[in-house]
This record gives sequence, C-alpha cells and structure tokens, in this order.
Amino acid sequence: MSKAVVQLPEPQLAALKEAYRVAARGKRLRLIAFLAVAAALIGLSAVQAEVNLGTFFAKIGGFTSYFDRLATLEDGRRVWTDPAEWFWSFKRIVRLIGETVLMAYVGTLTGFVFAFALNFLASPNLTQSAGIVFAARRGLEFCRTVPDVVFALIFVVAFGLGPLPGVLAIALHSAGSLGKQFFETTENIDMKPVEGLRAVGASWVQTVRFAALPQILASFVSFTLLRFEINVRGATVLGFVGAGGIGQDLMEAIRKFYYSDVSAILVIVIVVIFAIDVVTQRLRRTLLSKGRLA
Amino acid sequence: MSAPSAPPLDVAALKVRHPAAFAVDWRGRVTAGAVLLLMAAVYVAAFVWFDVPWGRIVPGFRQLGWFVLEMIPPDPGGRFWLYLDSLGETLAIALLGTLLGAAFALPLGMLAARNAMPLAIVRAPIRRVFEVLRGIDTLIWALIWINVVGLGPFAGLLAIATSDLGALGKLFAEIIESADPKEQEGVRAVGGGRIEEVRFGLLPQVLPVIAGQILYFIESNTRSATIIGVVGAGGIGLHLSEQIRVLEWKQVSFLILLILVSVAAIDYVSGKLRAAMAGRRTVAA
Repeated sequence: MSKAVVQLPEPQLAALKEAYRVAARGKRLRLIAFLAVAAALIGLSAVQAEVNLGTFFAKIGGFTSYFDRLATLEDGRRVWTDPAEWFWSFKRIVRLIGETVLMAYVGTLTGFVFAFALNFLASPNLTQSAGIVFAARRGLEFCRTVPDVVFALIFVVAFGLGPLPGVLAIALHSAGSLGKQFFETTENIDMKPVEGLRAVGASWVQTVRFAALPQILASFVSFTLLRFEINVRGATVLGFVGAGGIGQDLMEAIRKFYYSDVSAILVIVIVVIFAIDVVTQRLRRTLLSKGRLA
Repeated sequence: MSAPSAPPLDVAALKVRHPAAFAVDWRGRVTAGAVLLLMAAVYVAAFVWFDVPWGRIVPGFRQLGWFVLEMIPPDPGGRFWLYLDSLGETLAIALLGTLLGAAFALPLGMLAARNAMPLAIVRAPIRRVFEVLRGIDTLIWALIWINVVGLGPFAGLLAIATSDLGALGKLFAEIIESADPKEQEGVRAVGGGRIEEVRFGLLPQVLPVIAGQILYFIESNTRSATIIGVVGAGGIGLHLSEQIRVLEWKQVSFLILLILVSVAAIDYVSGKLRAAMAGRRTVAA
C-alpha cells in the first residue's frame, strides 16, 4: 500500500515540514501550559483528598478479593451452585425493589407536574414579567443543585422514616432538573405559531396549549423518561438515610459483611435498572422519531 | 376577543374545505386517555403501598417550615475553616475521581468502539462491564470502597472513579464511533501506519469532545461528591448529615449555601472552558 505513495523531493518537503513545525509550536506551548496547570491542580487535590498510593496498592488486592467473597456463600461454596440459598430473601428484595421503583415513579411524576407548571413561567418568550422569570429560574436552580440525598436527610427528620421523605426528595430534585431542561426547550421554540395565536386574540392558556405544547411535549416526555431512569438508580441509595426502598437492607448487608446478600441485592438491582433502561430507551426513540404528541 | 377589523369567519365553509384539520382523532384521544388513567392509577396505588402516615403530613410540613425559619441567618458556628477545608476535599474528590475514571475509560472506551476495535467478542464484554459499573450508584460504590481502603476521602474518590468509568466509557465509545472515517482514510492514503492513523486521523476529532465531556462530569461530580460524606467517604457531606441529625439548622443552611456557591462557581468556569473548546469541536457529541 504505502509503496504506491509518491514522495515529494527533499527540498520541497523541508519547506512543508518547517511550516508544520511553526503551526504546531503555538498549539504545543498552549498544551504544555494547560498540562502544567492541570498537574498543579491534581497535586493539590491529591494532598487534600489524602490520596495514599501506599495503602492503595497494599489494599487493592482487597478489592478483587471483595468480589471473590461476593460470589461466595457463608459455607464457602460459590453462589451460583445454590441459587435458592443465594436468593433466600428473594421475596423481600423484590418487594423492596418494587418500592424503590414506585418511589422513583411517584417522585418523577410529581416533579414533572411542578416542572411543567413552572417552565412556562421561566421562559421569557411566553412570560413577559422579568421578575417572574427570574424567581422561577432561581427556585428551579436551588432544587436542582441540592442533591436529593440532602433533601431526604431533612425530610426524614420532618416526616419520619419511610418512603414518603424519599418521594418528596426525588420530586423536589426532579422538579429542578426537569424544569431547567424544560425551559431551555420552551425558550427555543419556533415563535411563529405563538404570534399567530396571539394575533387572533387567544388567551395565555390557549397560546401555550396550541402553539407551545405541540412543539415541546415529545421532548418533555423524553426528558422525563430519562429522569425516571436516573431516579430509579438514585432511589436505591435513599434508604441509606432511612428514606425507604432497598437502600436500608443493602447498607446493612454491606456494613455487616453479608457478602452473598450484597451480591444478591446488587444482581437484582442491576437487572431491574437494565430492564428499565431498555424500555425507556425504546420509548424515547419512538417518541423522538414521531416528533410530536399533542 | 376578536378585533373589530377582523373579517367575519365562515367556520362552516372552512370545515368543508379542510376536513382533515377539523377531524377529531378519536383513536389518539382514547389511547392518551387510557395511558394517563393507568399512570394515575399506579400513582394512587403507590401511595396505598407506601402506607403513608397521613397524620404526619400536616405536622411534617409545619415542622419543615419551622426548620426553614430556623435556618435564617446561615451561620458556620465558628467552624468556618473546618467547613472550607471539607469543601476543598469535596472538590478534590470530584476532580481526581473524574480524571481517574476518564484515564481508564479512554482506552477501554476505544476497545468498545466499533471503528477502533473490530472484534465484537472484545467489545461486548467491555460494554457489559460499563453497564454494571454505571447501574450501581456512586454511594453504593463508596460503601464497597470503604470496606477495601477504609473510611475517608480516598474511598470517595475511588467510588466516583468507578461509576464514572462506566458512564464515561460508554460515552467515549459512542464519541469515537461517531468520528468521521474520511480523516483516517486520508492519513492511510498518504502512507500513514495504524498509529499515525489514530494520532492524526482520529484523536484530533474526538479529543475536544472528550475533554468537554470530562469537564461536564467534573461539574456534575462536584454535586455527587457533596453527598458522598454521608456514608463516611470524605468531603462536606459528613458535616451536612451530622448537623441535620443534631438539628443545627443555621449550620445546615450555611453548608448548603457553601455547596450552592461552589457548584455555581464550578459551573461558570467549566461552562466558559467548554464554550472555548466547542469552537474547535468537529464531531457532534
């Protein structure tokens, strides 16, 4: 292959090589400066995060042997030789995963309702008052930035242990995350239908329903499905702080070194999350290819 | 409603001329109604399943309102420097965790990309590993790493790196697959070998996109690193959960404020950097 390539004569090539060198030099200097800054930041962070490579290499064997123990029953056999023993608490795990998924479902749907209501107020092309837009955006930003686990911690104190604080935490955080994606979609819609409806004297609600909604609904539903997927994953750990779902059992199993229980829970969690991923992804693809819903 | 100058509408004539525009889509309406009804039924059933303590809802919200009033004004309670130090730890965990995850994700992502790795037998298992790593939440990884390296920020860093390896690996593979093959063909046509093909044909296309994604992940990992301390894996989350447990609401609000400000600052910086890089991007993410 390469023998067929015609080589330029040396003097001509030298000029081209020189030009390449000059063109590459500026870029290279910038790259070196960038790498120096990055290296300094990494060094600083390593000190701050108490990175200890000695312990790491001394204990990295522990990580692989951890997975080995995850695959071992209490009496030393491999977990897959006796699935009945491995999944001895199958019913309880499935019930708790069901609760986890339902928490994500209720939380996402509630968050969707609030995000949907607020996003029109946060879009300057539909809401004229700059004050309302500003207030709606700051509110959504707050809900988005505070992680759901922090909300859950606070709600557990107010409402007691159980799925309710978890649902509220997911709802609040989802309202913020979805709200941002929603108003970013809404503020970029084609304004001609809006102007058309305004011109024939439609009310604000009619304008939103017949001019904005047909343009945005499909992507809203798609964003919400993706958020549901994320929330199922997030809901598995809300139990760590007492906010319902599988998390409580999982944390206890990990902390008390019940290895085969840990792996049993993780296997079911992964299967459920994977199944939900597949279904929502298929739904989203059909939605986006159809393009519109309303 | 209608302006006086508007011409009178002959709706009946319009209906005759454009029957399609006025037709009612009964099938669509029934389907949509059924789906919405089913969703509402599941929603209500969920509350029955949760066994919600209805009696606690009103007092709960009243208590919540009281907490919010208690939060004002935010006050570090004399632990300003301690909290700032934990914040630094959180940022360090996010930065190093993301970079460590990305360092492993790049070669593995290449092995999972169709155009860089022709053997499906290699690609498929790597993709499955990515899915498993991604399916397990960062906090679960943190608990596992605590069992391995002990309590502290190092466990948190490794937890972020592990779940990022799954997410970034998949993303990198997709970015590499979406690269334009013509540039590699060009390098091959002038006699470049396999390594030159990757170095001059592939990397210049994908690196800006990959760098942008890494920045975006550092940004979002700052958020997850704030809570990783809840399970004892370092950072500001430890103080946050502690102060919530002892109901020191002024310190709680100070910590939340600290998180909001630092996340906003990181968002701003990385947004600027990403916009600067987007100018040179060649492949759509």
